[in-house]
Amino acid sequence: MSLQSENGTPMLQMRGITKRFPGVLASDNVDFDVRAGEVHTLLGENGAGKSTLMKILYGLYRQDEGEILLHGKRVDLTSPAHAIAHGIGMIHQHFMLVPTLTVAENVSLGLQSTRGIFSDLKTVSKRIIELSRAFGLHVHPDEHVWQLSVGERQRVEIIKALYRDASILILDEPTAVLTPSEVDDIFLIFRKLADDGRGLVFISHKLKEVLDLSDRITVLRHGRVTGYTTPAQSDRHDLAQLMVGRAVKLAPDKEDVESGDPLLTIEDLYVEGDRGRQAVQGLSLEVKSGEILGIAGISGNGQRELAEAIAGLRRPRSGKIVVAGHDTTLSGPRQIREMGLSYVPEERMKDGAVGEFDVKENMILLNHSKTPFCKNGFLNFKAIKSYSEKLVKEYAVKTPDIDTMTKNLSGGNIQKLIMARELAAKPKVLLASQPTRGVDIGAAEYIHERISQERQRGTATVVISEDLDEVMALSDRIAVMFDGKVMGIVDQKDATRESIGLMMTGEQQQSAA
Amino acid sequence: MGSLVVPSPFLFRFQVKTIKTKSFVGLLIPLCAVLLALALGAVMLLSLGANPISGYATMFGAAFGSVEGFSETAVKSIPLLLVGAGICIAFRANVINIGGEGQMVMGALLSTSVALTFPSVPSLLLIPMVLLAGAIGGAFWGAIAGALKAYFNVSEILSTIMLNIVAVQFMNFLLRGVMIDPGEVARGTGIPQTMRLTENADLPILLEGMRMHLGVPIALFVAFGAYILLWRTAMGFRLRSVGYNPHASRYAGISVPKNVTAALAFSGAMAGIAGAILVFGSESHRMVTDGGSTGFTGSAGFNGIVVALLAGLHPLWSIPSALLFGGMLVGANALQRAAQVPSALIIALNGLIVVFVVSSEYFKQRSLYAGQVDLADDESTETEGEDNE
Repeated sequence: MSLQSENGTPMLQMRGITKRFPGVLASDNVDFDVRAGEVHTLLGENGAGKSTLMKILYGLYRQDEGEILLHGKRVDLTSPAHAIAHGIGMIHQHFMLVPTLTVAENVSLGLQSTRGIFSDLKTVSKRIIELSRAFGLHVHPDEHVWQLSVGERQRVEIIKALYRDASILILDEPTAVLTPSEVDDIFLIFRKLADDGRGLVFISHKLKEVLDLSDRITVLRHGRVTGYTTPAQSDRHDLAQLMVGRAVKLAPDKEDVESGDPLLTIEDLYVEGDRGRQAVQGLSLEVKSGEILGIAGISGNGQRELAEAIAGLRRPRSGKIVVAGHDTTLSGPRQIREMGLSYVPEERMKDGAVGEFDVKENMILLNHSKTPFCKNGFLNFKAIKSYSEKLVKEYAVKTPDIDTMTKNLSGGNIQKLIMARELAAKPKVLLASQPTRGVDIGAAEYIHERISQERQRGTATVVISEDLDEVMALSDRIAVMFDGKVMGIVDQKDATRESIGLMMTGEQQQSAA
Repeated sequence: MGSLVVPSPFLFRFQVKTIKTKSFVGLLIPLCAVLLALALGAVMLLSLGANPISGYATMFGAAFGSVEGFSETAVKSIPLLLVGAGICIAFRANVINIGGEGQMVMGALLSTSVALTFPSVPSLLLIPMVLLAGAIGGAFWGAIAGALKAYFNVSEILSTIMLNIVAVQFMNFLLRGVMIDPGEVARGTGIPQTMRLTENADLPILLEGMRMHLGVPIALFVAFGAYILLWRTAMGFRLRSVGYNPHASRYAGISVPKNVTAALAFSGAMAGIAGAILVFGSESHRMVTDGGSTGFTGSAGFNGIVVALLAGLHPLWSIPSALLFGGMLVGANALQRAAQVPSALIIALNGLIVVFVVSSEYFKQRSLYAGQVDLADDESTETEGEDNE
């Protein structure tokens, strides 16, 4: 707290911000400030109120109570345009760029031209080059956005904000789409921007990054500030505890399990993506009983297509998939399930569950036509009810009752519901895609625990995840996918973030030294 | 993957969001919509120089004020209820069936030909036979559109409308050709109609001296069956699952094409039964064509959609809904006689109810989802995206 009185007035002060939505206190008397030259992190789980607070700052919401001061003066931010005029810039997680336009054109969108109705792209380009040089952004004004990589697009977003003279930059989960080495690069840029006298608000839930980058950290839970701290004063466990409100295990305990026969074998698999692109190109893998194989990689490198091919939702072009001794290369989803595969899909609300169905209906989605849930074509609600109630209890799905519409549950609880349904089938092979994406820490901890238990039970498990920490914590072996191919497979004990990060960008695995 | 189900966005919203409208508001709002439509109708009555209060009293008195009137209303409601219950099934599976007219016609044609072929089969057997034939005829016609959608991605909205036209021409072809009453040919009058069908297939009158016939309990029975099908059977579970989320259904091993086809077949079957009942419950006990479909169906194939929408796509709520629209048909004639207003007014009134009910859906959503909107906005972007907040 004493830190706040140093350095004179902060650039930004938010005092006593309260925002109510019907039935929910999204922001409860929150104080938050940013000083020039610092990175101040806003840390919290889904629904903790980070977004609400930043949307208020960016003029998208109005606070019910509290005030915002910029450079000591009280302001009333009524729209994003207004916020931008006050020097507030936001780097959205989903980039707001027009792919068919050039960088300069994107930057000039929405700007008043100095030459009246004529465009002054030349001036814009010049300034982009200057900014790019000053902060090491490596952005060229004449390139088309569609040609740029994700990391480059993010830097265009930063240029956009800088061009509008943003002195306070809100960074909304900027690392979610980046590779480890890109993260290192962008952190250098952030640091430079801060050193230049800007104030940065870093929104994240990745504890390691938060500790690496921040000067100060404010932790939110249920709309309330649960702690102000600094990286020097706390470690990951402290932060997790502040976020969740109790001690959290960040990695599940692992007992040694003797891995057995291979239960999932993939040989030289080729799968086409949605636009006829070869998404998976000659991929081979083997997963044994009692083993967890993690598949790391930046999304869009064929992981989705691979998962869909294994689950029977996408027909491979060539190659072979063997599940528990049965060739399932050309089987449909139902047959593959019968062979012992359970699949936790990447998009839980699209593929994993029927949002408009209630909890019990989703619990029996796979086996609604089997006894005891169905007798002579009629549903047996007694059996369905007791089965669903048992699973809800066993897997700690937080729901008012089993008649609640599934889409009204939180992401973590929907994911637990799907896990419950899939694991209840006692699978031989478990395929989990992004099992904890967008899920709160508590639920993620629980899901990891369950996956470890499956390993103990002798299931062959594949975990596909963009979250490198998750892959490294769970897996026995880690395969890295790039451009539809496996760049290398390493044992968990030999894996380093650096070596995996390198493979994620397409470097072949160096032959083991 | 998304190619299978490409609904009209408007109707899709309708379908998906009218789930579980058992709440008080869910019931109150359509009721208000009907009352508002009647209020606007009152203005129209006034402008025609009629007293709206006595006008409406005449109307509803004729439709519901006496046993005779109610018997008339019930008979008029039969096809509306049957088609409406079928629409509930189709829309729940996210399939838009605009082909009720054609399915009624096909059901009527098949059942009529069964009655022409087996005139001497006793009633107890022949009546179930003709009803079944009606169901099969309608189901077949619906399944064509269903299969086209499921396997060739043809919009069912277009295909069902076009199949309506095909069905009507097929009816004209048959009733002017092989099915025509030989008497018409002999007399040289050539009215395109069948002969008086066998009495064994007449639907028995339930109330002495009135028109209320066996079709009424049959329609109620079928509506109840539609309810059971949707919520008590594994088949209905799959239909609803496919309707709500074809992706998750496919992933769970539920065949989307099969269920899309089935939904239209069920929907068509119920329209087909309605067609059969129109033939065997009619006063003339024969099938007649005036060249179009509405002369035969009374537009029930279309109005059934409105019945289902007003009922929130629930087969049981379709019963009062169908009675309301059936009653308006009966009341229209009475109003026309009493107040000397054109019966077109009733058509306008029907239209008003449709417009108000359909737009009231918007307010229903607002009230049901009130409070969640902002919050959903706050979090929806998060659930779809990467691991953001």
